[in-house]
Amino acid sequence: MSGAAEPETPVLAVNAGKSAAPMVRLAAVSKSYWRGGEQLTVLNNLSLEVAAGDFIALMGPSGSGKSTLLNLVAGIDRADTGQVEVAGVDLATLDEGALADWRAANVGFIFQFYNLLPVLSALENVELPLLLTRLHADARRMRARQVLGLVGLADRLDHRPGELSGGQQQRVAIARAVVADPRLIVADEPTGDLDRAAGAEVLALLGRLNEGLGTTILMVTHDQHAARAARRVLTLDKGVLVDSAGG
Amino acid sequence: MLPVRALPAVHSLRNLRARWVTSLLTTGGMALVVFVFAAIRMIGAGIEATLVATGEADNLFIISDGAETEVQSTLARDQASIILARPDVARDEAGRLLASRELVVLIALPQRDGARPANVTLRGMEAPGRTLRPRVRLLAGRWFNPGAAEVVTGRSIAARFDGAGLGESLRFAGREWRVTGVVDGGGTAFDSEVWGDLDAFMQAWRREAYSLTLMRLATSGAEASFRRALATDPRLRIDVQSEAEFYARQSRAVRLFFDVLGWVLSLVFSLAAIIGAMLTMYASVAARTAEVGTLRAIGFRRAAIFLSFLVESLVLGSIGGVVGVLAAALLGFVSVSTLNWQTFSEISFRLTLTPEIATSAILFALVMGLLGGALPALRAARLDILAALRAS
Repeated sequence: MSGAAEPETPVLAVNAGKSAAPMVRLAAVSKSYWRGGEQLTVLNNLSLEVAAGDFIALMGPSGSGKSTLLNLVAGIDRADTGQVEVAGVDLATLDEGALADWRAANVGFIFQFYNLLPVLSALENVELPLLLTRLHADARRMRARQVLGLVGLADRLDHRPGELSGGQQQRVAIARAVVADPRLIVADEPTGDLDRAAGAEVLALLGRLNEGLGTTILMVTHDQHAARAARRVLTLDKGVLVDSAGG
Repeated sequence: MLPVRALPAVHSLRNLRARWVTSLLTTGGMALVVFVFAAIRMIGAGIEATLVATGEADNLFIISDGAETEVQSTLARDQASIILARPDVARDEAGRLLASRELVVLIALPQRDGARPANVTLRGMEAPGRTLRPRVRLLAGRWFNPGAAEVVTGRSIAARFDGAGLGESLRFAGREWRVTGVVDGGGTAFDSEVWGDLDAFMQAWRREAYSLTLMRLATSGAEASFRRALATDPRLRIDVQSEAEFYARQSRAVRLFFDVLGWVLSLVFSLAAIIGAMLTMYASVAARTAEVGTLRAIGFRRAAIFLSFLVESLVLGSIGGVVGVLAAALLGFVSVSTLNWQTFSEISFRLTLTPEIATSAILFALVMGLLGGALPALRAARLDILAALRAS
């Protein structure tokens, strides 16, 4: 993965001080895409460490590589060069099936447009990640109920996504992301489709999860207000980290 | 490593319900193919069931060697005498031989609805011929008298042929034959026959030889030794078999024909149904691309996605199969007539849905679902996660 001739770059350590071992470690990661016959470098020799239990906001202009970075860390995309290590696992060593299992066990996803399955109820949507665990049906149901209660939707268990507001749908999505107790949550513009009040609720919820459960959160956002909910803000531009600041 | 976990079946079922119009149309197409498949094969099964039910297992059926049908068979009088002179032929309470020498002739009779004349089997028999066929009972009128120009008609013949009703007259062999009774063959081929007295028929057609001898042995289980004895007699060139076996053989070619016809026609029609299912499933994949991306991101493997879409297609197929079979089952209430190519005579029968036909029809539908769903399911499973998520 990482070429020996790569230039050394300073590692930007983002450590909340909760744990010595980094939850996320990127070493000289590069990623480019081909578009219209032209190679477009999205991440350029990027190195980064994120401590366990941290809450990071990734900011930057469109095309700066925020989402690509998020996808690499979440294990839904692979780096061209360099090393992506999450929770001590070098993701390049996992084949596709193992990577899927790894994601199921370690990563919770929150999307801008919630990505809930429209034919399933809130409870069934939240139960989905638990289908990939060894829990029995009763235990799965109980756990999903419990988590929906934590996000304030105990009275909406049987509602389909179409019957919920945007904010409620995103809270269901958050419940789905945390239900299997992942070590890392990746959130791509989680407030991008919400009004300010609903967005604030979602951010507060993410903050509580980070504080209460110690879950590491990586959040891509364009919104300065949303970024303030994070402990740290990393800014990318043209595929390189240009700034790191407290949230 | 965790084993591959599938998505809940309820997810597939609700997706089908969410797209109920296309689901209904796809299922309808499959049901139609299954209906055709089952209905055609039910014709063959109906004819077979009718013919097999016609033969009594205890009756021995003796025709000339090499004859495929009763009409082709010629059994000389002296040969019949040699057979019936054997001591192992059963006798009734009155001491009469439980055997009937019979003449079988095909004639064309005009139909009541003005359709072209159709071939009907005429059977001249001796009195024990009725005893040997206990399922045939008189529905109306009386039996024919020995030596008289009288006949009884099977109920299907009485209903369909001109002059075959009770009290009417049929004209054949140069004379008028009065219909003195109508018989119920109990769902056997005898519903489609005309019976009369052997001597009267032999005389009318100036025949010197019989078509067959139907008989019963005095001791059950002695059939093999009886056959051996007749086979070693140099004066006889005959074929001895059980009546049930004979009629079962009669139906074999017809059954095979309808089975092949059913398969061939259904395979052709099924292409359209498979393409329909395929289009439905491709549309489903296209509409749920983001959903696939989400599921894959969460950790569901490609195999789980493949199975999820395949289950939907199989559900469509199984519903189509069940509906098609149920619709075909209604045909079991219909009685129809057709030409039995083996004997070139009309045969009346009910379409019969056998467990084998029902099972194969549903399997056929499942295969349609499988073939219709496999490629779209494969496409869904092979979607790139990021590309799929971008469809949100």
